[in-house]
Amino acid sequence: MALVKYLKSTDLKSWLAELAQENRVFAPRYEGEAVIFAPFDPEQEIFIKYAATAPPKKTVFPQSERLVDFMYSKDPEDLSRIKIEAQEVLPQGTAVVFGGRPCDVRGFTMFDRVYMAEEATDIYYKARRDNTSFITLACDATENTCFCHWVNSSPSDPTGSDVLAIPVEGGFLLKAVSDRGETLLTSQLLSAGENRVEEGERVCKEVADSLSQAPDLANSPKKLLEVFDNIEFWQDVSAKCLSCGTCTYLCPTCYCFNITDETQGMKGSRIRSWDNCMSALFTMEASGHNPRPTKAHRLKNRVGHKFSYYPDLHDGVISCCGCGRCIKSCPAGVDIREIVLKAIAFEPTVVEG
Amino acid sequence: MNNKNLYLPEMATIQEVIEETHNIITFRVTLNNQEAMKNFSFQPGNVGQLSAFGIGESTFVINSPPSRMEYLQFSVMRSGEVTSNLHTLKAGDQIGVRAPLGNHFPYEDMKGKDIVFVGGGIGMAPLRTLLLFMLDNRSDYGKITLLYGARSPLDMAFNYELQDWLDRDDLDTYLTIDAEFEGWKHNVGLIPNVLLDIAPSAENSVAITCGPPIMIKFTLQALEKLGFKDEQIVTTLEKRMKCGVGICGRCNIGSSYVCKDGPVYTGAQLKELPNEL
Repeated sequence: MALVKYLKSTDLKSWLAELAQENRVFAPRYEGEAVIFAPFDPEQEIFIKYAATAPPKKTVFPQSERLVDFMYSKDPEDLSRIKIEAQEVLPQGTAVVFGGRPCDVRGFTMFDRVYMAEEATDIYYKARRDNTSFITLACDATENTCFCHWVNSSPSDPTGSDVLAIPVEGGFLLKAVSDRGETLLTSQLLSAGENRVEEGERVCKEVADSLSQAPDLANSPKKLLEVFDNIEFWQDVSAKCLSCGTCTYLCPTCYCFNITDETQGMKGSRIRSWDNCMSALFTMEASGHNPRPTKAHRLKNRVGHKFSYYPDLHDGVISCCGCGRCIKSCPAGVDIREIVLKAIAFEPTVVEG
Repeated sequence: MNNKNLYLPEMATIQEVIEETHNIITFRVTLNNQEAMKNFSFQPGNVGQLSAFGIGESTFVINSPPSRMEYLQFSVMRSGEVTSNLHTLKAGDQIGVRAPLGNHFPYEDMKGKDIVFVGGGIGMAPLRTLLLFMLDNRSDYGKITLLYGARSPLDMAFNYELQDWLDRDDLDTYLTIDAEFEGWKHNVGLIPNVLLDIAPSAENSVAITCGPPIMIKFTLQALEKLGFKDEQIVTTLEKRMKCGVGICGRCNIGSSYVCKDGPVYTGAQLKELPNEL
């Protein structure tokens, strides 16, 4: 049996403080009106009542990061000649993320297939991914935007996590789900957890039982391709969309990025930043041609990528973790669940005669 | 899994800059690391990202063939921020190169066949790689026909080698421009129309075409009229790209990433893809 421990709620901060001695520790807390993952600060309250406004995506994939630094120097013999040196800037150190939800953490497994592919591995992503541990908080309640169970997951899914923390009376049952997870459970603050396993299982089962029946999405890859050329379908489902990109920035599985250069004097950096496929500029070519000229085309690509193209390339795995943030935070009320179901149910009208 | 940094360009030196037209220049570059240059290997059709440090990167085909490795050649049409900056570079300047990227022309499958190249404007660049590669391995291929068109003689790149191509016995070269031009001795007319006049046989042939989208569209129709089947047609696509290795997520057509699964596609492959060119 895997290692299980019990942590009293009142010892949570002390435990994280211990972990923070050797790692950068991130935990969810209020910043302004949003709950985000921030470096652990014992002075601040950890907020775990429900899932954070933004997922812990940035702990492994920062919103912006330097990839390459470059330096210019002038050739003293010929000042018009500029010598350029370029140097990689690799991430350093280890991190522990506490309080991500199963959906949030499982989202990284969708990154992994793209960023750590056999033929081309992104060493920046890999360095952080390999050095970041996740103590994931199982959900003891769900919101009406939650749909992890639609996409082959559950409120206590340990996929991608190192430790699963299940809320039980007075604290957390901590289950190691990886070798690395076991090494995180050595603190003197933790007590034996075996006698709470049953309670933990009951908590997980109660939440799972409270979920409504999930629709079958097995046809989504095929059906979304079938409506690809039906621009009216996409104009209809994107009518409310403001192209603001909130859905992409808050999505645990949205992994697209931009690369831009910044310079200051004789130095500069090549920087990677999160990008947003809902923006018209995302695919705009220098000639002025844009293969996705309207928001209907762009929403089609976002939904199509998650529920059709990605599964097509990755063993049928849907690139959506069902966290529901895109639904909850959309200022216009666009609901990705409705779009996918509508595409699955779509039958072309047969014109008679 | 290899630990190569996908985003770190190799530093290279521009050996020569050729002014092709009013908006196209060609760079001949060598990697500064001599070992890397010696070991550099690629296939006709592979592309690379050129860096203007401080501005950004853009994707260009390597338009010299792997059979001529004294330098790597890239042609750059001035159209945006990066290309405008690249146009300021001179021989001796430093440039960043990430290459080779992407797939390549299926030249093995073309062995023993007649080859028809149809290039428009800067679209001649990827065809040049394969054309020179085939000329360097001439006995592997049947009859080779080249139709190269541009708006006017002033818009025609690779001027310095066109005469050689015209003179060769083992290559049928046709040049065309859109409208009459003083002193022009070759064809006048749009590429698809001239192609129909030349009427190369589709039998045991492969057509390779590249150019502006509108030219490709009508060239594909002309090829169809001449009896070319989808699987006998090869083209290369362009998209806005950043990473060049299938990660950053913007150049996809459905589940195909033009930067890594392309840029070379057969007509049959294109028909399989969703319609989002």
